[in-house]
Amino acid sequence: MFRTLLAKEFLEQRRTSKLLIFLVVFFIVGCISPLLAKYTPELLRTIPDIPPEFAALIPEPSLKDSIDQYAKNTSQFGVLLVIVLTMNVIAQERERGTAAMLFSKPVRRSAVVLSKWLAGMTTITVSVIISSIACAIYTAILFGGLPLGKYLIFNLLLLLFLAVYHSVALLASALARTQGMAAAIAFGGLAVLLVLSSLPRINNFSPIGLLNWGSALLSGNDQAHWPALIISLALTAGCVLTACLYLERQEI
Amino acid sequence: MIRIENLVKHYGTVHALDGLSLNVEAGVVYGFLGPNGAGKTTTMRILTGLARADAGRAWILDTEIGQSAKDVRHLIGVLPEEPVFYPWMTAREYLRDFVAGLYRMDAPTARKRTDELLGIVGLKEARNRRIGGFSRGMRQRLGLAQALIHNPPVLLLDEPVSALDPAGRKEVLGLIESLRGKATILLSTHILADVERVCDVVGIINKGRLIVQEQREELLRQYTTPVFEIELDSGFEAWMEHARQFPFVENLTYDNPTIRVLVKDIRTAQKTLLDSLAAEDLLVRRFEILHPSLEDVFLRLTSKGA
Repeated sequence: MFRTLLAKEFLEQRRTSKLLIFLVVFFIVGCISPLLAKYTPELLRTIPDIPPEFAALIPEPSLKDSIDQYAKNTSQFGVLLVIVLTMNVIAQERERGTAAMLFSKPVRRSAVVLSKWLAGMTTITVSVIISSIACAIYTAILFGGLPLGKYLIFNLLLLLFLAVYHSVALLASALARTQGMAAAIAFGGLAVLLVLSSLPRINNFSPIGLLNWGSALLSGNDQAHWPALIISLALTAGCVLTACLYLERQEI
Repeated sequence: MIRIENLVKHYGTVHALDGLSLNVEAGVVYGFLGPNGAGKTTTMRILTGLARADAGRAWILDTEIGQSAKDVRHLIGVLPEEPVFYPWMTAREYLRDFVAGLYRMDAPTARKRTDELLGIVGLKEARNRRIGGFSRGMRQRLGLAQALIHNPPVLLLDEPVSALDPAGRKEVLGLIESLRGKATILLSTHILADVERVCDVVGIINKGRLIVQEQREELLRQYTTPVFEIELDSGFEAWMEHARQFPFVENLTYDNPTIRVLVKDIRTAQKTLLDSLAAEDLLVRRFEILHPSLEDVFLRLTSKGA
């Protein structure tokens, strides 16, 4: 039964072009990040009449800039995409009435939530793999080779970072009766996490700490951010579990 | 087979169900009637596990809904009033790959049953079309197919033919009739002619309570008053005055060109009315005993209940 639900989610992602949108956006992010890191300083230097003191301040681009750009772009475009495409997955089924058709069959509601989470995570994982390969190739061409082991860890941390937002959006979708309400809850959750990420002492405990950790790792700084990892894992599991429990108790 | 005891459901201040009790025997087609807002859909939603009753209990095949560890949903096929599907799926994918999978049917059985049902509901030609392009009638046919896919012993059908054209309605009602004895069917509809055609037992609810539950024929016998409709060429005013005096006449009305006579005793009325018309030497264009209508019973009971 779970396999049927999962197969339906994958088919839906293909038929509604969600998969294609994910793959294209992440591929572009992977390609464009090293290019931006490499050529932004050069573009700045080509500005006519730029004061020489200012030109001297523009740093020489490095491998770290490429990875930081990649992390920044993924944490912005990637997170927005994950939220927009996840926040309606359950709310839409309730609003349209397909949930009533589905739940009158012998299906556990938590199985529906888990199938949607797993299908979403699979798509995000494939997208991150494509994006990371594209970024690695361009970075290697423009800046030289990457330390592959550390780059792999960086991408696993990036994946967990996106999993947090995917789970928050899924919970929003389960809590809401309409798609509009789901959007409000999901973006509310995003706003809370963004505020926490911007607070100096708290940011290393929030999911953004995962990206800081990954980026530092590639710069040769091995200081681990375990609290960010533990809190992100707990947040992901907590959101999915709450979505399951809430939906099990709800009238459709 | 389906047993409901004192079911209560409130939505805020609205009493959707107010102590509903009913009993549906195995193998019968049960016509579940009631005006809009009477509680039919709420009952269906509780039976399918989509809503929870505030009080009362319900059983399907001796399994109590919401209480037993056994999932009653394996035993039922459900057709909601407006079935909704994934618009990006084809009819065949929906039945064979999705619904059959949810009932854990193996692939050859799912394939065979899907082809069979698509033929029965008249969607064979449209099997590879996306459901998003289906008309309401086609969606209702597909809804019926998905309710039947696992050969359930109990079917809960909410307005199963309301979106169909006359030919489609005839086919689907024929299909429901063919299931008599094989499955227990709770059929909610507002088309009383359909109830008269296919239902063995009729239950009428109003304001969340069961007003009456009877065998269809018994209900018609108990609650309908025989009616004669007569059309005469001329001179009927005097005859009408005369006919009003007959002790078996309950009411007599005239709506050009028809005289409508409600009677208590059909046998006496038939003879006496014809005799009196002959005695007055009136030219009769039409003399008809109307079949008792379930619609009359429904309106009478629900307006009394209201």
